Amino acid sequence: MIVYDKVSKWYGSFQVLTECSTQVRRGEVVVICGPSGSGKSTLIKCANGLEPFQAGEITVDGISVGAPGTNLPKLRSRIGMVFQHFELFPHLSIMANLTIAQVKVLGRRPDEAAEKGLQLLDRVGLRALADKHPGQLSGGQQQRVAIARALAMDPICMLFDEPTSALDPEMINEVLDVMVELAREGMTMMCVSHEMGFARKVAHRVIFMDQGRIVEDAPTEEFFGAPRSERAQQFLSKILRH
Amino acid sequence: MGYAWNWSVLLSATPSGETTFLGWLLAGLQWTLGLSLAAWLVALIIGTLFGVLRTVPNRWLRGVATTYVEIFRNVPLLVQLFIWYFVLPELLPSTWGSAIKQSDPLMQQFIAAWLCLFCFTGARVCEQVRGGIESLPGGQRNAALALGLTLPQTYRQVLLPMAFRIIVPPLTSEFLNIFKNSAVASTIGLIELSRQAQQLVDYTAQPYEAFIAVTLLYALINVVVMLAMRWVEATTRFPGFVGGR
Ligand SMILES: Nc1ncnc2c1ncn2[C@@H]1O[C@H](COP(=O)(O)OP(=O)(O)OP(=O)(O)O)[C@@H](O)[C@H]1O
Ligand SMILES: [Mg+2]
Repeated sequence: MIVYDKVSKWYGSFQVLTECSTQVRRGEVVVICGPSGSGKSTLIKCANGLEPFQAGEITVDGISVGAPGTNLPKLRSRIGMVFQHFELFPHLSIMANLTIAQVKVLGRRPDEAAEKGLQLLDRVGLRALADKHPGQLSGGQQQRVAIARALAMDPICMLFDEPTSALDPEMINEVLDVMVELAREGMTMMCVSHEMGFARKVAHRVIFMDQGRIVEDAPTEEFFGAPRSERAQQFLSKILRH
Repeated sequence: MGYAWNWSVLLSATPSGETTFLGWLLAGLQWTLGLSLAAWLVALIIGTLFGVLRTVPNRWLRGVATTYVEIFRNVPLLVQLFIWYFVLPELLPSTWGSAIKQSDPLMQQFIAAWLCLFCFTGARVCEQVRGGIESLPGGQRNAALALGLTLPQTYRQVLLPMAFRIIVPPLTSEFLNIFKNSAVASTIGLIELSRQAQQLVDYTAQPYEAFIAVTLLYALINVVVMLAMRWVEATTRFPGFVGGR
């Protein structure tokens, strides 16, 4: 579904990604972890072309992301993305947040889009908030709406960039629960996350990044059982201590 | 001080007899309003356009917008007006130049003042719009693009609606400024409000009445603009919005 082939990226002379290769198969859940600044966000933002890259190739569902002829808006509309800081559109009601891209991008009728929106709000348990604005919701609620907004586009896969790291601890689980359910339903997911409990529960593979390289890419049990690289071991011992 | 106040002078007939001196002021007010509103409308449009261009990924487009701003924001308004009015007709092909010079002088004055005001104010609006867009969290653009919105849709649906709400206060002062700045048009002979005041003084020798009346009219414009912008602010507010900067 998502294939990275020797992807490299530079900011000026600073290399952020170095020959990253991996793939996420249909229905697979991959969790990416690694220290701050290791390039995790950059790696997943390359998958929908939010960040350009200078070498290598990424294909999503067989379509090359970096090729000049690619219709990026169209490709992006098929890839859901959830951000650390939710990024709901504050001037729009929750319902409008859910329908705007359905109408403007997919060309759905407003009533169709609203129905889909309600259905997804139901699913994340927030139907009652349809007429509120994002500023009136808690962080956890906003993130669940953001997930619903991405799902409203009927994506073929979902990208998550630290979806719970801006949340107060008591709100983390309500968001993870939605993600676990999504994973169990067979959604293809690429998640940057340090929630190792979540990774153990649903991830098929865990990728560990350090200094722009994919240092480890292993099935979940193997990764938690015996990480091969010393950096990953160090990282895990730090992160699992609390 | 032996100043003889005489407010009734405002209601006495002008030398030509067609109207009163107050009528002159009101005619001037019409030019001030017409000129300022026409220039404001265009300034908003090009200010928005260039403000957007200053924030797009393409650096050539950004360069074009930056050049526009630097030129029109940094040359004094009066100099710009003289360039539009006196210099431009000379620089155009001579047939155009002479066509301009043969046209109605009032139109020449009005159009030069209009061009001058909207280019100048447009550059200032541009900077406000750019500032508004840049003050938004960077993730908003990415979130909109990630949903499949095109870059123009991202600006129209997501970035500009928020940016404009944030910049209502500075836009209000730009809007007020354009009425004050329109007084430069008197230097090329357009009989707008401040020029009429001068005329009133020349004809009636009652400077205090004339300038108090004109001040009140400018103040009235201010009040109306403030109320209008406050109304805009109130109607575009949404729950959870923390306005201003
Ligand atoms: N626009 C940019 N210009 C220059 N350098 C950048 C830019 N964006 C990111 N970087 C650098 O690229 C590196 C990777 O950034 P990235 O955000 O992908 O890391 P990350 O693994 O997601 O970190 P975090 O856990 O803090 O989110 C960092 O060293 C960062 O400083
Ligand atoms: Mg990151």
